[in-house]
Amino acid sequence: MRRFTELLLVIFSWLALLVFAASFLSLFVVLLLRVRGLDTVSLFFGDTPPLDALLHGLPVFDGIYPALLGTVSVVTVAVLCAVLPGVFTGIYLAEFAGPWAHRIVNLLVDVLTGLPSIVVGLAGFSFMVLLHNLFPGAPGPCMAWSALALGFLVLPYLVRTTETALQGIPAELRRTAPALGATKVQNIFFVLLPFRAKDLLGGVILATGRAAEDTAVIMLTGVVASAPGMHSLFKQFEALPFYIYYMSSQYRDLAELQYGFGASVTLLLLCGLFFAAAFLLQSYVSFRFRGSSWLQK
Amino acid sequence: MTRLIRAAAMVTGICTIAVFFMMLIPGWPLFSHGHLLALLAGGWNPTSSQFGILPMIVGSTAIAGGALLVGTPLSLGVAFVTVIFARGRMRRILLSCVRLMSGVPTVVYGFVALIYLVPFIRSQFHSGSGFSILTSSLVLGLLISPTMIVLFVNALDGVDPRARRAAATLGATPVQRLLYLQLSEALPGLLSGVVMGLGRAMGDTFISLMLAGNSINMPGGVLESARTLTAHIALVMAVDFHSLEFQSIYLCGFVLYLFTFMLVLILRAVDHRFQRRRV
Repeated sequence: MRRFTELLLVIFSWLALLVFAASFLSLFVVLLLRVRGLDTVSLFFGDTPPLDALLHGLPVFDGIYPALLGTVSVVTVAVLCAVLPGVFTGIYLAEFAGPWAHRIVNLLVDVLTGLPSIVVGLAGFSFMVLLHNLFPGAPGPCMAWSALALGFLVLPYLVRTTETALQGIPAELRRTAPALGATKVQNIFFVLLPFRAKDLLGGVILATGRAAEDTAVIMLTGVVASAPGMHSLFKQFEALPFYIYYMSSQYRDLAELQYGFGASVTLLLLCGLFFAAAFLLQSYVSFRFRGSSWLQK
Repeated sequence: MTRLIRAAAMVTGICTIAVFFMMLIPGWPLFSHGHLLALLAGGWNPTSSQFGILPMIVGSTAIAGGALLVGTPLSLGVAFVTVIFARGRMRRILLSCVRLMSGVPTVVYGFVALIYLVPFIRSQFHSGSGFSILTSSLVLGLLISPTMIVLFVNALDGVDPRARRAAATLGATPVQRLLYLQLSEALPGLLSGVVMGLGRAMGDTFISLMLAGNSINMPGGVLESARTLTAHIALVMAVDFHSLEFQSIYLCGFVLYLFTFMLVLILRAVDHRFQRRRV
């Protein structure tokens, strides 16, 4: 009987792996097949000459270049906004917080991690409306709002990366600088954080990837289906994930559908790149750390 | 500098609390308009000014539950293979692949499933349009799997190595060690993995928005269309600002916030029990 259970478990496990691998493989194969033969230049730039769009900011109407540019810029601004508060909150949790403060901030960061992105987007939206009612001149839906809300969404990733990076530092290294007369803050910024710089960078890149794939937040705060011209922080913008969503419901012919697939592959590559970079950085660090035996002496 | 660090932590905390009030304040006219119970347990019929969100709560629960039914066995199986059979380089490759898959954007799943899975479900079951609870549960189950696999593997690996070595010395094969030792020892960790999967499934917007059909009626079966709380927020955004109908999205946000808070508390309770047992 026991033998039978064990055999069943093994069969079940391999079946699960098979189904899992097959599902993802078919996802990738389908995407590859659908973008085969798609002209890359017209996918990105439509009928506009690429050089004119890149250098002179000529509007692009039938390509995903504005969406790609929108995603890259909104994500960059979002992460730039979030890095400082995120890293500082992580430092606070790891080094400064007393037991009660730690408990409260920790709980709130956990809640923020779990909040559905559409709730964060809705909060951003209602904050925007509130501000608009108080100061009628306040900007409406635009890239700045999306970037702020996105930054808030990825804040907990930055907090947790910084916190775990600081906690994992061996006591020997932690005590060295203070023994030489450095203050706590000097120790953190000149010794501990630089020691884990690659880990932190990995966390920032991971947060960038998370921000790039999110659709719900930007949908409620400033993304539109078509914004062909140059981008500004205080204008509405296009973004890849929203473009894909829009194409899925609004495509008129097979060519537009293929553009949807093209955009999907572009977004997938973009996010895959971010994730791969983040994991490479982080695993490199843990490898180096294991190798540095002089710290363990 | 110290002051700046404290200020950053304060800002993070206050913003998280502020999100709660950003749901409460704009939705207040609706909350005070009818009884909260009627709103939570009632149906949706704007023409007779009924703004109950029960169909959306049921839709969210059904789709997230279905996703767990699909995702949990799948993730457990892959985690078992990783723990039992994968060694050294193969294990690293397998886990890296799983991690990379957790980075596939949600809309990409939705887009591909919309073109391929929806027609397939429609032709297989000969009823409905293919936009159904079943379709979105299948895709959502796949979407939450990579995250759950990583958590499951961590939980199973976290079992005390001394106990594992003891079992091995007594002649237990890797399969037997997993089945009789690691599974029961890692149960709290596995449970928190499932709870996190549930959180992700409930919070997802675009899978259900694209694949579940968004019908406002109470769903009667897995092949029927349904609307989730998250999709409701996305859909009603297009309507007039000041109507009571519009304010119902804040109620949805409110419910989702409370749900998240509850999940975090459950996770902490599980962790707490886990740690106490280990001592």
